[in-house]
Amino acid sequence: MTDGHADRPPDQPLAEADLTGSAVGFAHTLRAAGVDASPDRVHAFLEALTELPATNRSAVYWAGRLTLCADPDDLDRYDRVFAAFFDGVTAHARSTTRRQVRLGADAISSTPAPGGSPDDDGPTLQTITRNASAIEQLRERDIADLDAQERRELDRLLATFALPGEQRRTRRRSPAGRGSVDRRRTIRAMLAAGGEAGPLAFDAPRTRPRPVVLLVDVSGSMSGYADALLRFAHAAARRTSGRTEVFTLGTRLTRVTEELSHRDPDTAMRAVSSAIPDWEGGTRLGVTLKDFLDRWGQRGTARGAVVVVLSDGWETGDVADLGAQMQRLSRLAHRVVWANPRVARPGFAPTAGGMAASLPWCDQLVEGHSLAALEALARTVAGATAETSRGSRRRRMVAGGATAAGQLVGAGSAGTASVAAGAVAAGTDHPPDATIPGGTPRA
Amino acid sequence: MSDRSSEDDQGRGLTPPPAPPPAPTPPPAPADRLPDGITDPAGLAVRLEEHGYLADDGLATAAYLALVLRRPLFLEGDAGVGKTAIAQVLADVIAAPLIRLQCYEGIDASQALYDWNFPRQVLHLRSAEAAGRSAAVDPDLDARSAAAELEAELYDRRFLVARPILQALEQSPSVLLIDEVDRADDEFEALLLEVLSEFTISIPELGTIRPTTPPLVILTSNRTREVHDALKRRCYYHWVDHPGFDREVAIVRSRMPGVGEELAREVVTAVQLLREQDLLKPPGVAETLDWTEALVALGADHLDADVATRTLGSVLKFREDQERARQMDMGPMVARAVVGGA
Repeated sequence: MTDGHADRPPDQPLAEADLTGSAVGFAHTLRAAGVDASPDRVHAFLEALTELPATNRSAVYWAGRLTLCADPDDLDRYDRVFAAFFDGVTAHARSTTRRQVRLGADAISSTPAPGGSPDDDGPTLQTITRNASAIEQLRERDIADLDAQERRELDRLLATFALPGEQRRTRRRSPAGRGSVDRRRTIRAMLAAGGEAGPLAFDAPRTRPRPVVLLVDVSGSMSGYADALLRFAHAAARRTSGRTEVFTLGTRLTRVTEELSHRDPDTAMRAVSSAIPDWEGGTRLGVTLKDFLDRWGQRGTARGAVVVVLSDGWETGDVADLGAQMQRLSRLAHRVVWANPRVARPGFAPTAGGMAASLPWCDQLVEGHSLAALEALARTVAGATAETSRGSRRRRMVAGGATAAGQLVGAGSAGTASVAAGAVAAGTDHPPDATIPGGTPRA
Repeated sequence: MSDRSSEDDQGRGLTPPPAPPPAPTPPPAPADRLPDGITDPAGLAVRLEEHGYLADDGLATAAYLALVLRRPLFLEGDAGVGKTAIAQVLADVIAAPLIRLQCYEGIDASQALYDWNFPRQVLHLRSAEAAGRSAAVDPDLDARSAAAELEAELYDRRFLVARPILQALEQSPSVLLIDEVDRADDEFEALLLEVLSEFTISIPELGTIRPTTPPLVILTSNRTREVHDALKRRCYYHWVDHPGFDREVAIVRSRMPGVGEELAREVVTAVQLLREQDLLKPPGVAETLDWTEALVALGADHLDADVATRTLGSVLKFREDQERARQMDMGPMVARAVVGGA
């Protein structure tokens, strides 16, 4: 990392060469803070500066923000880096740059710095650096590379996700044997025949797989399952049909779709673990779910999607809030599936505050504690239970209240039973031993 | 452009052989593309204000750079903050036509770029046949070349249906608004990428269409999904925020000159309070204007609790939000804020 460009205070009038130098140095700092200020963007930044009074602070600010940022999440970081870089005192220019670099890494740490929280505005260079390296070790410990067994399991999950998924009609049409008359193709055929009328061509609406949204709880109570669930999410994100978005819930919301797009599971897991700031922290499901719905869900990510919540439903915040947000979610999504690792435990009843409040708004409650259960879940996500009528199921749950819901997932685990039925109904080419979500001996 | 073509027509009238194709003109210098009086973002902001749009520093800078450097402008923000309106106003400022392409799921090239008018082509074919042209048009030509000529005629410009992007390139200088690009699918983004980086459209049967001045392109997104980075990289990215109090009052006043200062302040205070209330859908500027309009239509010159409750449907479109607002008891809050703010 070369941050020598920052040695000169950029708020003094600059010569052309210095301008380029500062711009490049500024971009370096931004990159370290997590803004993707790529070279072509820097070029655009410089180009914009030539059209604006470059000594004007506001002009430089806006030129940089317009060209170097690409996401509302970038704007905060940009503001921070801009303030540090251009308003920093000359003597501290270098260390300011460093600190921003470390703050970028620190903002994604799992443990608060010994000397203060990551948002602490006055940490010294030394503590931050030490803290950052400690985190590095922690991560190495947390995320072990997959062994052969786990890879095989992952491959099986992947194969399950190769199922076509639940379909929705799109507005695009494609040629079909029957349907409505495809005027354009008919006329084109006539044109080719020199204007002679020929047989009619038909088309029908195309279908596309519904998007899938996974909300993975990475709070402390889920620590035993989070790795497996994230691997599951990785398999889901790599499915070839349809779009998959993955978010993690804990004390805050993190979008990890990008991180999971690596093909190699080890690389993806490392990227994810470094992106999640609230690993094994508390659970504020209601707040993070609201965050998801406000920022993504209601705008379109959850609309018409199959939403899977992977959580134990232990909520430290207000349970009523969680219920209200689940209601919102269920109104947006096509289907809400809740996978709870604790469902399979003997004597489980969804009485834990969060789970009980959410259950009326879930279309399905399935178990999520073992590989077999995850495979079943994958099949559920891929649409094997599409025949489960959402409306009737929900009405049943609402009508019966908590007791009926308790029976539903009680001894026989009706949710999983329907998964099994659906898997059979889907008639996929899976080996019979893969379709045993109900009665598998568990690890 | 139109001047030159009319000259060509005159020239063709005087001398029988067709005039040689006009030499490609070098792209005009940036300064030539701007209307008079705009030399910096502040100048543009003044002109935008004259046309009824109050832009803040960021948006004015973004629009200025987009105008000067002809880089597309990517506007993202909550619904109703004026992303679409800026395109119309910019078109007015530079006196160019506004061409709008509304994106939706499933939009493809034939709806965005161009399409051949097949029915007309068939009609042309039939009428040529009826006139017995293939033999009679020129006795020197053999049947094969006559057919080739007829085929070439079929792919003439007049049978091409220009969709918004082609229209924008043909009518340049123009403002092309690609609205709600996040609703289109990924494949469509790839198509846009191609068009926006080159500002040309290649039609296999007709050749490449290249405007003298690239159009000013404005893309808007409500962020229903993440637009691909490659597309954003070619654009200036601007996040449009809700305006501050004074700016919003000024917007209401300038869009509805008949509204009294007091009513405008009260409505904006109430809306800004609502925005802080953690609602499912915080009201945007569009809702502020709708509300004011509703109040004016009811003949209210003050915002009191009664009339506010009755017209709440023009600001808040969720039942939960409305219930929440009713519990807030806005009347005293508005009064207090107006007194405090004035």
